[in-house]
Amino acid sequence: MEFFHKVTRFPFMHTRKVWYGLSAALIIASIGLVVFRGLNLGVDFTGGVVVETNFTQAPNIEGLRTALQKAGVANAQVQVFGSSRDILVRLPPDPNAKGDQIGAHILEVFTAVAPGVKLQSTAVVGPQVGQELFVKGGWALFATLVLILIYVLFRFTPKLALGAILAVLHDPICVIGFFALSQMTFDLTAIAAILAVIGYSLNDTVIVFDRIRERARTARRLSISQVIDESINQTLSRTLMTKLVTLLVVLALLFFGGETLHAFSAALVIGILAGTYSSIYISSALALDLGLRTDDLLERKSTKPEEVDGLP
Amino acid sequence: MIAYPRWKIALVAIVLLLGIFLAVPNLFGEENALQLARDRAAVIDSDRTAVEKILKDSGVTPSGAFLEQGRLTLRFSNKQDQLKARDLINEARPGQFTVALSQASRVPEWMRNLGLSPVKLGLDLRGGVYLVYQVDVQGAVKQLLDRHEQDFRASLRAARVPYQDVVVDYPADRVRVLFNDADGFTKGKAAILADNRNMTLTDTTVGGAPALELKLTPQDIKEREDYAVQQNIVILRNRLNSPELAVSEPQVARQGVDRIAIQLPGLQNSAEVKKILGKTATLEFRMVDESNNPLEAAGTGRVPLGSKLYYTRDKQPVLLKRDVVVTGDQLTDASFQPNTQDGPAVSVSLDARGAAKMLKNTQENLGHLMAVVFIDRSREKNAQGVDVDRTTEEVINRATIRGVFSNNFMISGVNPIEGRELALLLRAGGLAAPLTPVEERAIGPSLGQDNIDKGVHAMVFGMLAAFIFMAVYYKVFGLIADLTLAANVILLTALLSLLGAALTLPGIAAVVLTVGMAVDANILIYERIREELRIGVSPRAAITAGFDRAFSAIFDSNVTAFIAGLVLWLFGAGAVRGFAVVLMLGIVTSMFTAVMGSRALVQVIYGGKRKIDHLSI
Repeated sequence: MEFFHKVTRFPFMHTRKVWYGLSAALIIASIGLVVFRGLNLGVDFTGGVVVETNFTQAPNIEGLRTALQKAGVANAQVQVFGSSRDILVRLPPDPNAKGDQIGAHILEVFTAVAPGVKLQSTAVVGPQVGQELFVKGGWALFATLVLILIYVLFRFTPKLALGAILAVLHDPICVIGFFALSQMTFDLTAIAAILAVIGYSLNDTVIVFDRIRERARTARRLSISQVIDESINQTLSRTLMTKLVTLLVVLALLFFGGETLHAFSAALVIGILAGTYSSIYISSALALDLGLRTDDLLERKSTKPEEVDGLP
Repeated sequence: MIAYPRWKIALVAIVLLLGIFLAVPNLFGEENALQLARDRAAVIDSDRTAVEKILKDSGVTPSGAFLEQGRLTLRFSNKQDQLKARDLINEARPGQFTVALSQASRVPEWMRNLGLSPVKLGLDLRGGVYLVYQVDVQGAVKQLLDRHEQDFRASLRAARVPYQDVVVDYPADRVRVLFNDADGFTKGKAAILADNRNMTLTDTTVGGAPALELKLTPQDIKEREDYAVQQNIVILRNRLNSPELAVSEPQVARQGVDRIAIQLPGLQNSAEVKKILGKTATLEFRMVDESNNPLEAAGTGRVPLGSKLYYTRDKQPVLLKRDVVVTGDQLTDASFQPNTQDGPAVSVSLDARGAAKMLKNTQENLGHLMAVVFIDRSREKNAQGVDVDRTTEEVINRATIRGVFSNNFMISGVNPIEGRELALLLRAGGLAAPLTPVEERAIGPSLGQDNIDKGVHAMVFGMLAAFIFMAVYYKVFGLIADLTLAANVILLTALLSLLGAALTLPGIAAVVLTVGMAVDANILIYERIREELRIGVSPRAAITAGFDRAFSAIFDSNVTAFIAGLVLWLFGAGAVRGFAVVLMLGIVTSMFTAVMGSRALVQVIYGGKRKIDHLSI
C-alpha cells in the first residue's frame, strides 16, 4: 500500500504568504487567549492542595460543595475529573495546611454525604515550590530552544537554524494557546509534552533541511526555492506517515491513559499537528526569506592546508 | 550479497539476547511480602536463619526470602500467611526488627543473585507518599557561628585571658572577640589558635580596642550548607529505619541545593512519619549557676555574665552556665525505660568525646547541680505567612551529681510519650538544621493500580495500532519494523531494570512515544528505499542507499529530541523526570533497533539471495 505513489508537486514557496498569515493569526490568537483568558495553572505551579476522591455512585456536586462549606472548608473548588464518580477538590495554598489532615477531613465530610467514598490521592504543594517549578519550566523551555539552536547551527547554516527555531517557537505557542482556550489544567506534564513537541517538530524540520542540503548539492541547476519545494514534496510522504503513526499512538494515550495523562496527550496531539504544519509550511519558507542561497548549503572546501603534513 | 558486516549482525543478536535476559525478571509478578529492618544495623544471615526458624516452628513457610541492602524480605503466597508471620516475628523478637508489609517480586533467588531485578515502579503506580523538605541552611550557618563563639569563650576561659565579649554577627557571617588591651589580645589570640590550628583569624580594632575576627568564606558557608543537607539525609534515613516507624524501602535523596525528597512506597498515613521526621528535639547538659539568684535575674531581666536564663516545666526560672557539658549529638544510644524508681526515664550512652567531658565534669562538680535541657524547634507560619522558628527550651530535670559517671546514665523527668519519642530522636541523631515541609503527595494504592492498568492499556493499543499500520503499509518491511519495535520495548525494559530507574505513568507515556520515534526511523528508511526504487535503482542498491542516506536525518532528529529530554531531566521533578529518563533511554534503544536491528534483519532475509527481483515494501 502506498498513499503517495507519485511525488507531489505542491508549490509551497509560492503560496508562503498565505501560510505566514495563518501562522501569524494562530500566534496572535494564542497570545491573546493567554493574556485575556489566562491559563488554568495546576497545583504544581500555583501551590495549594488537591484531593482526589472516588465515589461508588456519581455524587451531586452542589451537595458536596455545600457540605464542605458547612464543615468550614473555605474556597474549595469541587469538580469532576475523568468519570463522573471521580471528584477532585482543590484548595488555594494555605501556609499551615497539613496534607493528610485535609485529605482525611474532606473524606470525612464526603463520607457523611455519600458513604463508601475513597481517598485516591492528596497533593500539597507549597506556594514557593509552585513558583519555582513554574520558573524552572520556563527556563527548561528556553534552555531547550537555545541548545537546539546551537545544534542546528552546528549541523546546518545560520539561516536554516534561525528558520528552524522561529518555526519551532510557533508550536509551543499554539499548544499554550490551546490550553488557554480549553482551560485544561496546565501542569508539569504539560511542560513535558511541550518539550517533547519541540523535539518532534524540529525532527521534521531537520529532515526537510537535510533533504534541502542534499538536493542543493546534487541539483545545481535549480533555484533555491525550487530546491526547497522539491525537498518538501519529496519528504512529504515520510512526514505525514510518521506523524500519522505518532498520532495513532498519542491518541491511544489520550483515550486510554486516564486523567493523569489527559492534558499531556492533548498537548501532544495539538503540538504534533502544529509541528507538522510548521515544518512543512513555515520553517523552510522562513529560511528562504532570511536570504538562504544555494551557496550556503554547498560543502565548504577547507582552505587550510592539511595540518598533519605540516608537522615536522 | 548485500554488503553488511557479519559482526554487526552478531552484535545485534548479542545485545538482543542480553536485553531479553535482563528483561525476564519483569515476567514474574509480585506477591505479598514482609520487610524486616534493624535499627541502625543491617539484617544479617544469622537473623535470617533465626526468623525462618521462628516461622517454620509455627508452620508458616515463606515462598522466598532474600537479603538486600541490609533488609530481609520474606515472600508469602497469601495474605493470611503474611499477616500471621508478622505477628509471629513481633511476638518472638519484640522490638528487634521493624516489620513492614510490602510487595516483592517472585524473581527466583539465583536470578536475584545475578543482580537481575524487575523495573521499579514509581509512586504514582505503586501508591505511597512523597515528601519534600526544605533544609534551613541559613540556620545551619548560624549554628556554626554559635559554636565558634562558644569555643572561643571556652579557650579564653581555659587560658584565663580577660576579654570584653565575643560577638556574633549573623548577617555578616562573622564572630568577633573583643579584648580590653593589647596584652589580652596577644595572649587570647595564642590561646584561640592553639585550640583551632587551621583557623584564619584577622586582627582588627572595634571602638579603639583590639579585636580578633573570624569571617566565614563563601567556601566555608557552602561546605556548612552541604554538610547540613547531607547530615539531615543521614538522620532522616536513621529515623525512617527505626522500629517505631514500620516503613518499607524508604528513599531519601537530595533535591537541588537545599531540599530533601523522601519517597515512602506503600505508605498510607503519613501523619506519624511526618511528626517524627520534622522533629528537631534534642538535649543539652549544662551546669546550674548556683551563685546567682534566678528569681532576681528573671525579675530584672539582667542575666549574669556567663549564664543563661531558662525555665522549668512548671515555669520556675533557672540560671544555667553558658557552657554546654554535652550536647545531644554526642549521644550514641538512647532507650526508653518506662518503669524506673524515678518514674519513666531515658537511658543514654555517650560517645568517647562526650563521655570524657562528662567524666571530667562530674569529677570537678561533685555535689553540684546539673540540668538537662530539652530543646524542641518547630517552624510555623505567623499571621503574615512568614516562617517563624519557635524554639522551646525547657529544663526537664535538675539533679545533684552524686557520683562520677561517664558514658552511661539515666535521665528522668520525662512523660511516657515524650520519653519514647525522645529516645528515638536521640538515637537517630539530631537534625543539623531545621526542616520545613514544602511539598507532599500521597497516592492511594487503588489509584496506583488504576494508573498501571490505564498505562498498560494505552501502551498495548498504541503499539497495536502502530504494528498493524506498519505491516499493512510496508508489508514485509513493515513486519521487520514491527519486530524491531518489539525489540526496542524489550531493550528499554532491560535498561530500566538494569539502571533501577523508576517507571512512572509519564514514563509509560514516554515508552509509547519512543515507539513513535522508532517507527519514524523505520519510515524514513523505507520511504527512502521506495524513492530509490521509483527512480529505477536496483533493489539491492536501494536497500543500501535507503539505510545509508536516511541515517543522517535519523541521527539529527534523534539528537534534537534527546536534547529536549536532557533539559527536562535537568529541570524536571518527580514523575516528569521519569518521563525524561525513559525518553532518553528510548531514543538510544530506538536508534539502535531501527538502524542496526532492522538492517541486520533485512540482511538475514534478503542478504543470502543471489538476485532480488522485488522488494515487499
